Amino acid sequence: MTQPPATISLDMLETRAIGAALERLDGRAKVTGTAPYAFEHSVERPAYLHPVQSTIARGHVRAIDTGAASRIEGVIAVLTHWTAPRLSSDDNKELWVLQSNEIHFRGQFIAAVVADTLETARYAADLIRVEYEAAPLDVGFRADRADLYAPKAVNAGYPTDTDEGEAEREFNAAEIRMDATYSTPMEHNQPMEPHSTIALWESEKLTLYDSTQSAHSVRKAVATTLGLRPEQVRVISPYVGGGFGSKGEPHAHNILAALAALRAPGRAVKLALTRQQMFTLAGHRTPTIQRFRLGASRDGRLKSIIHEVIEQTSRFKEFAEQAAVPTRLMYAAASRRTRHRLAALDVPKPSWMRAPGETPGMFAGEVAMDELAVLCGLDPIELRIRNEPEVEPGSGKPWGNRHLVDCLQEGARRFGWSRRDPQPGRRIEGGWLLGSGVASSTYPRYILMGSRASIRVGGDGRYLVRIGAADLGTGTWTTLTQIAADALGCTPAVIRLEIGDTDLPNATVAGGSSGISSWGWAIVAAARELRRLHGTHPPPGAEASAETPKEAEDETYAQHSFGAQFAEVRVNPETGEVRLLRMLGVFSVGRIINPRLARSQFIGGMTMGLSMALHEESVMDERLGQIVNHDFAGYHIAANADVVNLDAVWLEEVDSRSTPMGSRGIGEIGIVGAAAAVANAVYHATGKRLRALPITPDKILT
Amino acid sequence: MKASITLRVDGEQRSLAVDTRTTLLDAMREHLGVTAAKKGCDHGQCGACTVLLDGRRVTTCLSLAVACDGASIVTAQGLARGDTLHVVQQAFLEHDALQCGYCTPGQICSAIGMLEEAKAGHPSFVTRGLTAAPDLTDEEIRERMSGNLCRCGAYVNIVAAIRQAISKGATS
Repeated sequence: MTQPPATISLDMLETRAIGAALERLDGRAKVTGTAPYAFEHSVERPAYLHPVQSTIARGHVRAIDTGAASRIEGVIAVLTHWTAPRLSSDDNKELWVLQSNEIHFRGQFIAAVVADTLETARYAADLIRVEYEAAPLDVGFRADRADLYAPKAVNAGYPTDTDEGEAEREFNAAEIRMDATYSTPMEHNQPMEPHSTIALWESEKLTLYDSTQSAHSVRKAVATTLGLRPEQVRVISPYVGGGFGSKGEPHAHNILAALAALRAPGRAVKLALTRQQMFTLAGHRTPTIQRFRLGASRDGRLKSIIHEVIEQTSRFKEFAEQAAVPTRLMYAAASRRTRHRLAALDVPKPSWMRAPGETPGMFAGEVAMDELAVLCGLDPIELRIRNEPEVEPGSGKPWGNRHLVDCLQEGARRFGWSRRDPQPGRRIEGGWLLGSGVASSTYPRYILMGSRASIRVGGDGRYLVRIGAADLGTGTWTTLTQIAADALGCTPAVIRLEIGDTDLPNATVAGGSSGISSWGWAIVAAARELRRLHGTHPPPGAEASAETPKEAEDETYAQHSFGAQFAEVRVNPETGEVRLLRMLGVFSVGRIINPRLARSQFIGGMTMGLSMALHEESVMDERLGQIVNHDFAGYHIAANADVVNLDAVWLEEVDSRSTPMGSRGIGEIGIVGAAAAVANAVYHATGKRLRALPITPDKILT
Repeated sequence: MKASITLRVDGEQRSLAVDTRTTLLDAMREHLGVTAAKKGCDHGQCGACTVLLDGRRVTTCLSLAVACDGASIVTAQGLARGDTLHVVQQAFLEHDALQCGYCTPGQICSAIGMLEEAKAGHPSFVTRGLTAAPDLTDEEIRERMSGNLCRCGAYVNIVAAIRQAISKGATS
């Protein structure tokens, strides 16, 4: 493929620390259990908050009897919508906590108890009696609903619908037609650390020790909702026990803790959601129903791609996952149509979950490509190569660094793909059917504007690098230190990094795999500013700061990461069990900042994708609006025994159009395509095409 | 109702009065300020709260503190000797067998307890036969570590770390 000359030319960093496989700098604190997570910060006079949740999905609270709860010794305050302090803005309806008697979903906060101990708070909360006026609820997620609607835009601001050419006509006229419907269930992020907050008011100032992917976003939303100036709120979050999107924005518990702390003067009010509460109060991935149509010539060249997605949103606040967006750029086609439609239901608000859009969308799209390959009698890798686009479809922009084919070919070589017999259902070993599958991955290169870093030369000659960034296990403590070292031309040992606090300069969210690109570039800019102001040997006390520069927004090129995922499974035809035999991901993501930590990100994403393929599913009781399997006993996530021989590698690459570090972001691409690779392997093993996740034994057997 | 109990936590004798409803996990975290054991689910479903109690791995969220009077507890915090990490901790660091770190102290305590169980000849679901001493293959390690969930997906590194620890003669 020819690459046009670069119109943007970034001033690239000379790398020495970048690329080194440093051990996690926060690793020692984590293996000894001494890194303080939100609920673990040592506070004077703690008090404990336990919420009461609605047991209906729609209607009103008519009465709440808090008498028995209030009389329990050790109870400090009981809050209901009648007694809670008033909030000032309902801009974000999810944060409009205890302000009215209206109920939007089952599990919504309707009251809360603050007490001296955890046990007392929980016991007292159980004594609260609630009378409801229930309205008919509707949580039925189906494709044939008459009230499906088109949102104004989908997540990340993409258009809801796109049309190129006459997709329907081209499809009907195509020699080969693939028309299938895929579905993915409601899924949950479920980081191991529950969403937790400690709220403490001191005069007019609120401090929150929080588990968040963005301390500054929490501050902004909490300040707006409570009617405070941002300077009145400080959010502290040095260590975060995973998030995967669910801690990307504040949720109702942040506000509940702040309100409760107003009713418990002088006390630090601690709230950790229970695992069960996290299923309704921390966001979820919408279920999807996706009709995919591919029209092609006999030799596999695509004439038409039609991807129509149906999702759910909560009735009280809209969230539209961009599931059809990757379809707009993956493959060349003469015509293309994408659609997103929503069912507004009495469910909790869906939100971000690792690679929102790409994850469910690429499951459907990459199984569809596998089905087309079968119809055309082509190898699935060859089919993808034949439809490789010269420029980004739709926009016509030149690619920044599109290496999908390289990933597929490198993976094929390592995985031994050429030895594969394409016929399904033909390999049996020890009573198990064996099969392998492949799928593509993609994720956009995002940079968010507005991060600022400051650098000060300390008296000890070390550089103090400050930015309100987050490390949710992603490696930020380590990788930003490496970037700062190269930006300042020193070793990582000379850098003292501070992150996870709104007292530090503003940082954008750890989301969209944008963190290291956005924050790292701000650090590079600050280092260059320090040099400009103070030369190569800045004296102690010298200081400079800078934001992620404007040139990060250049949109000359279509900048995306790509990858290829390979899976081999065995399927027991008697029991329906599917077990992984091996899995390999090959990724093109620009330069790797730290190979040791990057591999963890990739294999972690792939493991979550495997989990999505085989295990994860929320079951909604349509009569009650309740998720019936709302804990780890009922909602299965992959355990150690499920993950066998899984590895990830990457192409050696420096993306000089993306960032001065040459990187593009790696946190999410690992999950994208993983479930499709597993599903395609199950087809190859059994000859049975399963289009509804998760692939559980009952589906294999029926 | 309160009860007075004594616990030996990470080598230190601690006396406290606990509500009889208080779990061992909450007693450590909220009363003694020892937060190495993590609360992930409070239902014994995730393993994040695992410690070594009188040498055996135990999920402290399912243990009532009052029932543990006189027990000796080692958390991940108490495993290191000064600056020297336990061989399992060191292996976790080197293999990057962690990301967010929240399940990690439980994984490490669980691994140490698991190695002792295997040494004592306890079979697992995947052990072939019940008489011979189990051979700690990767399959055995995976099976025996499946009570400790990791949402970041560090399992393959956790297995590699435990394998390294075994080769370096890991015991509790």
